[in-house]
Amino acid sequence: MKGKNSAGFFALVISIIAIPFIITNDYYIGVLVFAAFNCLACIGLCLLMGYAGQISIGHGAFVAIGAYTSGILTSKLAWSPWLAMLCGVLIVIVVAFSLGIPALRLKGHYLAMATLGFASIVHIVAVAAVDLTGGPSGIVNIPRLDLFGYVLNSDTQYYYFSWSVVALAVFIAFNLVNSRVGRGLQAIHGSEDAASSLGINITSYKVQIFILSAVFSSISGSLYAYYMNYIDPGPFGVMHSVLLVTMVAVGGLHNIWGALIGAIALSLLPEFLSFLSDYLQVLGIHYQPDYDTLVYGSILLIIMLFLPEGIFDGLASTLRGSKSFYGKLAGRRTGRVQ
Amino acid sequence: MNHTDGTFIDVLQFLILGIQRGSIYAMVAMGFNMIYNATGIINFAQGEFVVLGGLMMVTLTMAFNLSIVFSFILTVLFVIVVGILMERLTINPVKHPTVLRLIIITIAVSIIIKGVAMCFWGKGSHYMRHFSGTAPLEFFGATILPQTLWIFAILFFVVIAYIIFFNYTMTGKCMRACAINRDAARLAGINDRKMVMLSFALSAGIGAIAGIIITPIIQMDYARGAMLGLKGFGAAVLGGLGNSMGAVVAGVLLGVLEALGAGYISSHYMDAIALVILLFVLFIRPSGILGSSEAMRLKEF
Amino acid sequence: MKKRILILSMAITILLAFSTPYVFAEPADYHVGCVFAVTGSASWLGEPERNTAEMIAKEINAAGGINGHKLVLHIEDTQGDNTRAVNAVKKLIKKDNVCAIIGPSRSGTSMAVLPVIAESHIPLISCAGAEVIVTPVEERKWVFKVPQKDSDAVKRIYDDMAAKGIKDIAIITGTTGFGAAGRDQLKEIAAEYKINIVADETYGPADTDMTAQLLKIKNAGAKALVNWSIVPAQSIVPQNMQQLKMTIPLYQSHGFGNIKYAEAAGEAGNGIIFPGGRLLAVDTVPEDNPQKKVLVSYKEDYEKNFHEPVSTFGGHAYDSLWILVNALKKVGDDPAKLRDEIENTHFVGTAGVFNFSPTDHCGLNKDAFEMLMVKDGKFVVLKD
Repeated sequence: MKGKNSAGFFALVISIIAIPFIITNDYYIGVLVFAAFNCLACIGLCLLMGYAGQISIGHGAFVAIGAYTSGILTSKLAWSPWLAMLCGVLIVIVVAFSLGIPALRLKGHYLAMATLGFASIVHIVAVAAVDLTGGPSGIVNIPRLDLFGYVLNSDTQYYYFSWSVVALAVFIAFNLVNSRVGRGLQAIHGSEDAASSLGINITSYKVQIFILSAVFSSISGSLYAYYMNYIDPGPFGVMHSVLLVTMVAVGGLHNIWGALIGAIALSLLPEFLSFLSDYLQVLGIHYQPDYDTLVYGSILLIIMLFLPEGIFDGLASTLRGSKSFYGKLAGRRTGRVQ
Repeated sequence: MNHTDGTFIDVLQFLILGIQRGSIYAMVAMGFNMIYNATGIINFAQGEFVVLGGLMMVTLTMAFNLSIVFSFILTVLFVIVVGILMERLTINPVKHPTVLRLIIITIAVSIIIKGVAMCFWGKGSHYMRHFSGTAPLEFFGATILPQTLWIFAILFFVVIAYIIFFNYTMTGKCMRACAINRDAARLAGINDRKMVMLSFALSAGIGAIAGIIITPIIQMDYARGAMLGLKGFGAAVLGGLGNSMGAVVAGVLLGVLEALGAGYISSHYMDAIALVILLFVLFIRPSGILGSSEAMRLKEF
Repeated sequence: MKKRILILSMAITILLAFSTPYVFAEPADYHVGCVFAVTGSASWLGEPERNTAEMIAKEINAAGGINGHKLVLHIEDTQGDNTRAVNAVKKLIKKDNVCAIIGPSRSGTSMAVLPVIAESHIPLISCAGAEVIVTPVEERKWVFKVPQKDSDAVKRIYDDMAAKGIKDIAIITGTTGFGAAGRDQLKEIAAEYKINIVADETYGPADTDMTAQLLKIKNAGAKALVNWSIVPAQSIVPQNMQQLKMTIPLYQSHGFGNIKYAEAAGEAGNGIIFPGGRLLAVDTVPEDNPQKKVLVSYKEDYEKNFHEPVSTFGGHAYDSLWILVNALKKVGDDPAKLRDEIENTHFVGTAGVFNFSPTDHCGLNKDAFEMLMVKDGKFVVLKD
């Protein structure tokens, strides 16, 4: 990591540490824990979408596989949560590998539909395989996670733990982006033909990054299961996969910070809207949580139409624009020619 | 009734159910193809047109008590307007379209339509009276609902209209020209922008018809769009993307496989059957089982 | 200029986010949480429940509250979704500091929130039907429920079948919490009545066509069918039966107790038999029945306020909230005291006459049911 990114990383760590001192209500800390799970999945998805240029509307399925593997192994077979999480990761690697090899030969719309179809299948299995997954009733009594024998009981403890995982993921992602693999990926995004003529093994790169992003999602699913202590198919529908793509796209596809910002912003949006609903009530508008979907959709559409690079890049380029504008002004005043 | 007879009647019953489901997939697939041919876009909001058609029809017939024919026409027009608005407001203004951006835009539209449908119609299931009663008819020992006959008849009518439109009218021929080579078509004086808008309108109209005719049988709620869209896409791919007659055959085939799967394997995995077939086709032969691989080689996968 | 507007709007946003919009409620208020499936596939349960709870709270506060304390309801919509229910209960306990919770509407959602309840020591009065919610009672210390037991519903159905000489039956159940619990009870109690289950089929919560399952049932030669579910899909079963020309009697569970299900089934719904609370047939309840007064007054209030027919489910909210209010009157809003008080409650409600005890957290028996039949889109009492 270098320059701006390490400064950003430092800022991230500081805010992670500081926030529980400012926000003390357990409920809001809980909301931030959920945001951490989404961040984790979105970092992986951003590597795939932004850096390798491959769309996946199926990452909710990997979250589901991670969550269900953890849930089933810990609650029915009394495995240790860590071992179950590892097992979830291994299963996801196998699934992502066997899905990725044929799927990543497809492009654009086909890949999108294939991954969407995959996500639907996983959801259907979660609902229908009653003996394994508990069906619509789900799995209760999933244990909490322990850290060196110390059980993470409170929301604040879980907050620190899950955000540390996010920080670690950010660190890994940046190292990856600046490695040989990362440059290869960007080459693929630019032009696959050119990249392959330079001797980059496209398929292998794409499959590797697909697997890595799936693993991020799987871990996020496992952490979710240990935090909620309960899972059912409800949150793992196709809509969840779409939401993850939305978060990455809104924040900015081509930048990990963008994905992070998108994930945090959209995870906190329902809370913000419910805050706002009390004000809107005063204005005579009866806001209901039902409208959340509509707000999500509208934000996504507006961003895609007017800021296709996402909030992060959009703001950054606006900032750069104004900077160079002021720079030019300053330059003219002092008589220098730029 | 001896055993063999029973088996025959069961199979016949599943076939009827399958063709009924398949007719809907076929119509959704035709909608996909129209937009794909005109723009190269897969419209992720295709299933939402079906939902809108169904829900609007429920409101007009059940709440406003309008006649079936009148509501049918109004509903189709309404959804066509939605389709046109979608193209004008979200597809047309995009100056530098990339595949990823267009995918996300149509997804955003589908979320918005879904959200609006939820606000207007709520989250519950809506039921609607059948076009002509619910008394089942005997058919070689199996039973068939009058509504099912309506579905078959309307699919037949839509296919005929489609063939006439694309082969025997000037506008239809222009649309085909655009699908084959847009630049050449433009040079020949065809307004390709207008053709794109028309393709969204027609596609929305077909989706609405599908929604209207199936709602009496399966009830309708705001969240059905994604699954209907996916299965319709499955039919479109199976039939060779862009090939609408292939899509009709593939749609019906998919419906029959689903019904047989529900009957003889497990009804719980019924929805997964079409999706597994979709994945297999995509992975093994993305040009479609019924499509020509020669022509498809030119298309991007 | 643009920059200034940007800064200004950001400042306003931040201000809005950090100021609290409503004045903090006075400490003397009693905060009660309600978790209902107001929207979603179980909205025909949750909506009348919410309406009822709001109506009662209004009435109590208009009369000066509970011993002078205002009753504040925090109503959360689960959309019938288990995960949302768990989050809603956590929110009510952590953010709104409620002293007790009524709901959830569905058996699945109730089962899902049990661990949270057990951990946080807040009493919960569930409005869902499955008996497993309150048994074994040692593990369900903080949980009560007001609807009739599903085992009693099964017994009433089997009584009726026995009277008609039906031995071979088929069952079709939803895979959700209520359906799965009902399936277990149906299979377990069948032996007691020497009833033979010749076909055992299930359907998912979002299924729209049960023809495949019904064909198997038809071929198995069942003489009657029991359909056990609470989602609108249950009204598709009679329609598919009609389509297949199946004429065997159809029994439904007590989860059929909203007239809207019968309306959705249309003419195919005619003749459906199910065990239901007396609330659905108030007119036929004799004057000397202890429930009569409660039933008549609730039905009149509800139908006057909301212009729709009363349902079993609204009645569950009525029972649970009044049981809680009575306890609040006696012991105040300490959760532990409330729990002990509820456990010893005797209450005449819409679902029946409740006698809670440390060994029975449901408090109703099978006399709480009447056998009802759908006739021309209405519920009528089935005369033996």
